[in-house]
Amino acid sequence: MTRRLLILLALLFGLTQVAAAVLPSEIMADPDQEARAHRLYREVRCVVCQNENIAASSADIAADMRRDIRLHIRDGLSDGDIREILRNRYGDYVLFRPALTPATLALWFLPVVVLIIGGVIFIRLPRKTGITAPDDLSPEELSPEELARLEALLTDDTNRSS
Amino acid sequence: MAARSDTAKGRPATVRGERIGGGAMMAELGTFALGLAFVLCVAQVLLVLAGQLRAFRGVERLSEGLSLSAALAVSLSFAALLHAFLTSDFSVANVAHNSHTLKPLLYKISGAWGSHEGSMLLWCLILLCYGALIVLFGRSLPDSLRHKVLGVQALLGAMFTGFTLFSSNPLARLDPVPFEGNSLNPMLQDPALAFHPPLLYLGYVGMSVVFSFAVAALIDGRLDRSWARWVRPWTLAAWVFLTLGIALGSFWAYYELGWGGWWFWDPVENASFMPWLAATALLHSAIVMEKRDALKAWTVFLALLAFTFSMMGAFLVRSGVLTSVHAFAVDPQRGILLLIILFVTAGAGFTLYGLRAGSLSSGGVFASISREAALVLNNLLIFVALTSVCLGTLYPLLMEAMTGKAISVGEPYYLLSFVPAMGVAMLLLPFAGLLAWKRGTLGVVWKQLVLAAALSVLLAAIGVALTHDLTGLKGLSLGTGFLLGGWVILGSLRLLIERTQMFRVPAAEVWRRFRSLPLATHGMILAHIGLGLFVLGAVVETNTRLSSVDNIAVGQALTLGAYRVELKAVDQVEGPNYDADRAQITVRSARGVVCEARPERRFYAASGSVTTEVALCFKPLSDLYFVLGEPALSEKGQLWQVRALYNPWARLIFFGPLLMALGGLLSLCDRRLRLGVAAKGKKA
Repeated sequence: MTRRLLILLALLFGLTQVAAAVLPSEIMADPDQEARAHRLYREVRCVVCQNENIAASSADIAADMRRDIRLHIRDGLSDGDIREILRNRYGDYVLFRPALTPATLALWFLPVVVLIIGGVIFIRLPRKTGITAPDDLSPEELSPEELARLEALLTDDTNRSS
Repeated sequence: MAARSDTAKGRPATVRGERIGGGAMMAELGTFALGLAFVLCVAQVLLVLAGQLRAFRGVERLSEGLSLSAALAVSLSFAALLHAFLTSDFSVANVAHNSHTLKPLLYKISGAWGSHEGSMLLWCLILLCYGALIVLFGRSLPDSLRHKVLGVQALLGAMFTGFTLFSSNPLARLDPVPFEGNSLNPMLQDPALAFHPPLLYLGYVGMSVVFSFAVAALIDGRLDRSWARWVRPWTLAAWVFLTLGIALGSFWAYYELGWGGWWFWDPVENASFMPWLAATALLHSAIVMEKRDALKAWTVFLALLAFTFSMMGAFLVRSGVLTSVHAFAVDPQRGILLLIILFVTAGAGFTLYGLRAGSLSSGGVFASISREAALVLNNLLIFVALTSVCLGTLYPLLMEAMTGKAISVGEPYYLLSFVPAMGVAMLLLPFAGLLAWKRGTLGVVWKQLVLAAALSVLLAAIGVALTHDLTGLKGLSLGTGFLLGGWVILGSLRLLIERTQMFRVPAAEVWRRFRSLPLATHGMILAHIGLGLFVLGAVVETNTRLSSVDNIAVGQALTLGAYRVELKAVDQVEGPNYDADRAQITVRSARGVVCEARPERRFYAASGSVTTEVALCFKPLSDLYFVLGEPALSEKGQLWQVRALYNPWARLIFFGPLLMALGGLLSLCDRRLRLGVAAKGKKA
């Protein structure tokens, strides 16, 4: 039963994905190789198009680039090798995932730096500490700081109704 | 001229054949009105400045009237532009370049903002109208704050009307007058795109109000909870417009560009996404500031940032730095002027912030486990995501400018930077709504959420199981998407259950509680469910779309998954301003005919360009999507390239943002947030 349900759902979603522009004749026989090729298509820019990867582009050069990638895969080159070959031929511009070089350090690591700095600031924010239960606070037990805040809130309320 | 003096009395002649007579003076009146708006803005700024001096105290009151008059003047100017487009007055250069007598009425109207000049006038119109709205709805604001807000808004108005008037006047005349116009880029002749720019601009420029509020409060030195309450509705309104505008633009890309993609991480898309992210962060931090008087400096920073990104978007798109269908003004001088406006405005805002931020008292304190803390973390993560989008957009531009080396930043980069940050934010989301202010207990909240967590893990497991024959990466992506989407939706429903005490008290009581929940809470739950649905749709569509393409002759068929796509015929049809080949496609499944589709390939003679008109078969959740490509000749006769796509769950990608916008709208209708309610209540 579960198996039938799964198959049904699988049919519902469709299980294989072929890029929009890839012709049926371009599909590689080995599904693993095809999946790899497809992942690479999506990382490679069609160099004459406007912000399109070669998986989506129907330009002739995109078809040529796809064929090259398939040939490289068939020759047993790794993804890294293929990226390197493409970079050497077309320049950094061809890869949608910029290579990590000194020039692109900030691009890759600035978000991480922002996260770390933000995290440190978050940890060092003024905190409410102590183990007193929040329920049993009476006005007399408010700290001077909290009293000041209460005062501020009350004046604020008079502002609000003005 | 004298013979046509009737037009000057405001009775526009629309007699055919009167080439320059159509509205002999309308364009000049429009230019004059724009000039008037500029002068009124400058006067308003001077009045507010003068009002700060002892000797002239009180004159700043006049700025309110000026604000309304400036809005009226710029509306007249825009009306003149619309008139020129409606009557196809080709003596106006902008109309000649972007319109055509045969163009349908809707696109004549939308042509008014389909060019750089026209869209700048639209920008000014919205900017000054927001100024007028501050006057109309801001009665409850303290006088000093209101006048300063109006002053800053007028300063922005003066800069943008000045820019439009002196460098991009849409009403400039053309000599000699051409007999026919060049028409609008056919790609832009589409209902979705007719409304995309106004919605987007209502959002972009809406952030100007928030910016003005921030600058005014920094000058005043008074930033308190009431400020957050005043700013929130404006932020919400702008955010709703921006959400709708981006969704509409994305929907346009989906069916107009012809291969079913809906988001490309294109710099132009990012330019509209960055203000949206900043506004989303601002909405959340303003809640903390309003309720708990904390996060002041951060909230004001975001308020300044949102409009800075709006202006940066305008600069990127309008300056020709980027090449795309949006970048029609490839004129470096205008780009530099826009850049100067951007630097002056943002520079002044952030300098002021630098001077004043230190003196902002940090308000309420809270424990590490509290709703405040969850919202702060949400802000941090959205900000990290914003940083990555900003870097991905600007880095290639800066790097090319400085080193001459071109790089591309695309989807793989954002999958590694933007997506994880937002993913973690979504993991936190259900906790934030359930945690108590000041100090919450994780154990209690976790007990409330454990069922939602279990269900979303189950959903993710099904998602991964379905992809057993795909690569691990795809399974991972589907699994994570199901987990996050399910978690956000179920967590939001759990919050609703908690608030209404569903399953614990009688149904009538639940209903009473449901109705008495603040609209803002309803809005929040709806918007979060919308986000979850969007994630589900996005992840399913991207990872499991099917496609099939081939050159086939009439009578032949393609196979697309379980569907058979048959090309029945290709006819020649004539549209209002184009000729087209229209294919008749019949889609069958095992159970019979599913639908008929009519994709077209249009040839626009006016601009000599070809567009493909996609045909969609809407199913409840998914789309079948057909494109008629180039014709080809072979020994077997005439062939047509037919492309068929099956986009599962694509509906959710656009329905989700719609729900988010609806949630924003509900929240905007909340009585507590409405400006002027207090004042009205007192009068009654």
